[in-house]
Amino acid sequence: MAHTEIDIDKVARLARLDLSDEEKRTYSAQLGQVLEHMDKLNALDLDGVEPTAHSFPLSNVLDEDEEQPGFTVEEALRNAPKARDNQVVVPKVVE
Amino acid sequence: MEYEPVIGLEVHVQLKTRSKMFTRVAYAYGHEPNTLTNPVVMGMPGTLPVMNKEAVRKTVQLGLMLGCKIAETCKWDRKNYFYPDSPKNYQLSQFDQPICEGGEVEIEMLGASRNVMGDHRTVELTRIHLEEDVGKLTHFATDSLVDYNRAGAALCEIVTEPNLYSEDEVYAFMTALRNMIVTAGLSDCDMEKGQMRCDANISIRPVGSKTLGTKVELKNMNSISGVRNAVAYEIKRQIRALTTGYEKIVQETRRWDPVALETESMRMKEESHDYRYFPDPDLMPVSIPAEQIEKIRSEIPEMPFDRQRRYMNDMDLPYTITSVLCPERELAEFFEEALALTKGKGEPKAVANLVVNELIRDLSAAEGGGRQSLSECLVTPAHVAELVLLIEGGVITKQIGKDVWVEMATSGKMPAVIVDEKGLKASNDSGELATIVAQVVADPKHEKAITQFKEGNKKALNSLIGPVMKATQGKANPQQIQQLMREAVAKL
Repeated sequence: MAHTEIDIDKVARLARLDLSDEEKRTYSAQLGQVLEHMDKLNALDLDGVEPTAHSFPLSNVLDEDEEQPGFTVEEALRNAPKARDNQVVVPKVVE
Repeated sequence: MEYEPVIGLEVHVQLKTRSKMFTRVAYAYGHEPNTLTNPVVMGMPGTLPVMNKEAVRKTVQLGLMLGCKIAETCKWDRKNYFYPDSPKNYQLSQFDQPICEGGEVEIEMLGASRNVMGDHRTVELTRIHLEEDVGKLTHFATDSLVDYNRAGAALCEIVTEPNLYSEDEVYAFMTALRNMIVTAGLSDCDMEKGQMRCDANISIRPVGSKTLGTKVELKNMNSISGVRNAVAYEIKRQIRALTTGYEKIVQETRRWDPVALETESMRMKEESHDYRYFPDPDLMPVSIPAEQIEKIRSEIPEMPFDRQRRYMNDMDLPYTITSVLCPERELAEFFEEALALTKGKGEPKAVANLVVNELIRDLSAAEGGGRQSLSECLVTPAHVAELVLLIEGGVITKQIGKDVWVEMATSGKMPAVIVDEKGLKASNDSGELATIVAQVVADPKHEKAITQFKEGNKKALNSLIGPVMKATQGKANPQQIQQLMREAVAKL
């Protein structure tokens, strides 16, 4: 069952990945296999079967609304490539 | 051709919870940047989200208040996008199974004038879902700074049907929604603090047409008036575009510029809307048991428009008073408490007048910008009740009542104490008052007024009441003065 060609350029752009032509070929093939597997699942007759969000039959996992201590500013910013005024510096991208 | 706008809104409301939506670090406004984070907020590998029970409860209550259907079961999804406001590169939100569906918001449209109640109608809702807020970016010339204090805060998104048809309806909707949410204590809804935010989808179509025109999304409106101005501008822009061909309406996102007072295209990439939602594998679905829902329903306080109807029907209070009193629960409860303390001897209107006129004036005039809160104010419901009883019982005049108010608002003393200390009791000594009246009537400078009165101008004597009041230091009863004055003039 040949799956429709995936738009590897678009997928890479959405994931912010800069792929070489070689990588594009590799990932196209790999993602194609994933999609083929999905096609197999789609072929199953699941009429009357409720979709489940999880494989565990668990629901209502809720915590009381009580605050607990968090990071200090130093801890929060430790992974930031650059910080100023206790904030993370990022390139100016106005969405 | 005549055109009409069709508007739908997406309103985000930050819920008033102590901790964040999916982790228990504190949430609050106005803290130093990046002091309210933890590994979950910062998207550290290996961290897991755990839902906030109170956020779910508040959202269910909001849904019940607005007549929504509460989902038997709902789940959370990842909305994937890359932007520095979200450290983990996705936002936890609800895609296809929101917590509340349908519902409506009662709004009051513009009346014929400020003093006249406008028609009420309902605006249909599509859904309400519960998600997490994202961090706040501040843009500078060459870079941007990110503060993650807000990231992960519990955020409700209320989505309306394209069911609003003017900027005034949008304004009425935002006002009504805010009043309800604040009344229920679900959020403070301060738009300047980002606790309530609004995006508007606007299109224009020929009147009578059933199809919708090209939709433009408006962002960055940070006050309810700002929303009205932005929507008004965008409606005009689109109608002008259609009628003159001056520009073309394209499906896009535009940003309201509150300084230039115009909307401008944000030129977003089409791909930025490709969010590739999928169910979050770390969060379990939520189903709220029916008895829990009924308990939450029983905790809903009286809503502002219901309160207003009750005041108008049961207490015969005018619209001008109820429209000030009812939107604010604190104020309305202050009034009700004061009224109750008069034990049936105080007129609701007299109590309400003091609250709406004197109290609000004092609160607004307080130093420090903005309105003072009732809790900081020295006047309590007991003060107001006692003052009303003193005036209605004829112990002091209305005029003296105003002075007593000023004194009790500055010192916090009870009105009866002030009246005693300053000897402000209305003078019931008609002998003394008659002497003063006689003196005023005899004063040659009032001769003209007295002549006019004798010639049939009944109001002419009113100019003499002031001097008598002054001579009695405001303690005399105006009706009594008029009576004595007519007697004195008759004797001339």
